[in-house]
Amino acid sequence: MIAAAAVPSAELGGRRAAPLWPRLIGAAETLSVPLIAIAATLVLFGVFVAIAGVDPLELYSLMYTGAFGTWFSWQNTLQRAAPLMLTTLCTAIPAWLGLIIIGGEGALVLGGLAAAATGLALGAAAPALTLIVMACAAVIVGGVWIAIAGALRQFRGVNETIASLLLTYIAIALFNHVVEGPLRDPASLNKPSTAPLPASLMLGNIPGMDVHWGLAVGVIACLIAFVAMRYTVFGFSARVTGGNVRAARMVGLPVGRLIMIACFLGGGAAGLAGMLEVAAVHGRANASLAAGYGYSGVLIAFLARHNPLAALPVAILLGGIAASGGLLQRRLDLPDATVLVLQGILFIAILASETLYGRIKFGRGR
Amino acid sequence: MDTALGWWGVPLAVMAGALRVSVPFLFVSLGECLTERSGRINLGLEGTLVMGAMSGYGVSYLTGSPWLGVLVAGACGVALGLLHGAICSLPRVNDIAVGIALMLFGTGLAFYLGKPFIQPTAPRLPAIELGAWSSLTQVRAALEVNALLLVGAVLAPALAWALNNTRWGLILRTAGESADAARAMGYSVITIRVLATAAGGFFAGIGGSFLSLYYPGSWNEGLSSGQGLMAVALVIFARWDPVRCFFAALLFGGAGSIGPALQSVGITQGYYLFNAAPYVLTLALMIASCSRRRSLAGAPAELLITR
Repeated sequence: MIAAAAVPSAELGGRRAAPLWPRLIGAAETLSVPLIAIAATLVLFGVFVAIAGVDPLELYSLMYTGAFGTWFSWQNTLQRAAPLMLTTLCTAIPAWLGLIIIGGEGALVLGGLAAAATGLALGAAAPALTLIVMACAAVIVGGVWIAIAGALRQFRGVNETIASLLLTYIAIALFNHVVEGPLRDPASLNKPSTAPLPASLMLGNIPGMDVHWGLAVGVIACLIAFVAMRYTVFGFSARVTGGNVRAARMVGLPVGRLIMIACFLGGGAAGLAGMLEVAAVHGRANASLAAGYGYSGVLIAFLARHNPLAALPVAILLGGIAASGGLLQRRLDLPDATVLVLQGILFIAILASETLYGRIKFGRGR
Repeated sequence: MDTALGWWGVPLAVMAGALRVSVPFLFVSLGECLTERSGRINLGLEGTLVMGAMSGYGVSYLTGSPWLGVLVAGACGVALGLLHGAICSLPRVNDIAVGIALMLFGTGLAFYLGKPFIQPTAPRLPAIELGAWSSLTQVRAALEVNALLLVGAVLAPALAWALNNTRWGLILRTAGESADAARAMGYSVITIRVLATAAGGFFAGIGGSFLSLYYPGSWNEGLSSGQGLMAVALVIFARWDPVRCFFAALLFGGAGSIGPALQSVGITQGYYLFNAAPYVLTLALMIASCSRRRSLAGAPAELLITR
């Protein structure tokens, strides 16, 4: 409707006088291309499950019920979306500079470990202060971990994608070493864990819902990141660098420093996600931390085109898909990897749809 | 006999591990080498590896023929390679990102389809005894190798020769060094790269079937721990040369067996840290072999990763 109303003014005033119309075209394009990809995913995945002998419509309606159908499933979805919002930033922020970082899982795991270690060391004397120290420790450890990948890229020319994934494997090995060795709680027999955090150090739920405060942290972090991307010098310089590194160097932007800061911020966000998982969900650090939130964050970042504001709904969508996995398993007897297949198809479709930008005609006339 | 070997058991076990663990590295890196020489990088070979492991095991279980399993694993690799190649041929699509997506998709699909094969035992690939001359059981066990290792050992120099001396090799390298030159010669760069990616997927799939059909020799969801990705880094270390890929794969295999080897002589301290050895080694080698200022010697000029 708005678009239709804008047509006459565009024709009257010509291109220069009517900035609204091209902007609407841009908005329509950025919205419709991912939607096309999602629709294609639903069709492809529908065919896939149909071959497996499951009615796709029944599956999708079950997924909807499991993700957003009831208040209970909404809370489950939001609970899962909270860490995803933060791990998304781990890929999204460095991506402004043109880096592809996929090591969020490692930063998350180490951040959770650092949070558990500081929490256990400081004890429950001053809970509020201790929680802040835990969060800082998680941010610093996660941030430094990803900054290593950025530094290798900047100073040695090592590909940051491979380096960050290798760092994830190293992080998980380190994590296992500490949790099985120095920090192991002797009482945890089957599943090696650190000692549980004192109850006063557990983050509670947001009033009125069964979702922990991590959701608020995730939303606020994404909003801050969005403001930083759009309205600060850092965000602007980062996007200039991402657009053209040589031009950025020519105008004197400190590319190396920008890369280090962006990687630190991204890793810090993922580390914070680890801290929240420890202090709000598990209550201790153990192997449950490596639940794949880091990898889903990569997918969300690409789906949201590295825009932190768009990451919020996409994280909720992906959280919903993950939340519905259990229901699919129980009702339709599908393996738990069904959700992984759906995510994989979605990821491929999103990347393939990149090619559609600038190709769809939205009444541009030529 | 077992205790008489004592500390000598450690280097022996590392060597045995190198011969055993290196095969997936070898095949994936040979495949990736081929793909990268054509100017494209496929990070999705980790997914291909897992898919190959699953399909190889499944087919071996259903038909009773492990070699048919190897072939089907290769065919699955070709399918995933074609998918990668086709999507990357669309304009403005980033091949590194597509690789990450295919990594997710391949592992997800393998876990989904492989659920029924976790329990049953499939016939495995036979071993070849190279150590029959020795009276030591450990030496004999260490020299028990798989036919695929020998295939790989022949394949590596054969690929190197083919890349350097045949018409096909020249066309492939032209596409990797200068897409414009290949176009000027009248070849379709896209076709060359799609075919190279498919061939790379074939090798990676075979490497995966080794995991499930020989060593460790069963199918489960924790089978691969990043071998497919490490092999990509290995290609960079080997400077895109198939023969050097072979030796690098042996090195990586050895690094991966330090932890279990030390455990076998009773050193369990830091077991998990030794598990990180191959990753640390990979990273260290990448740091050592990359440089900020000069482009890598031997790197295909069209390759996105080295720019």
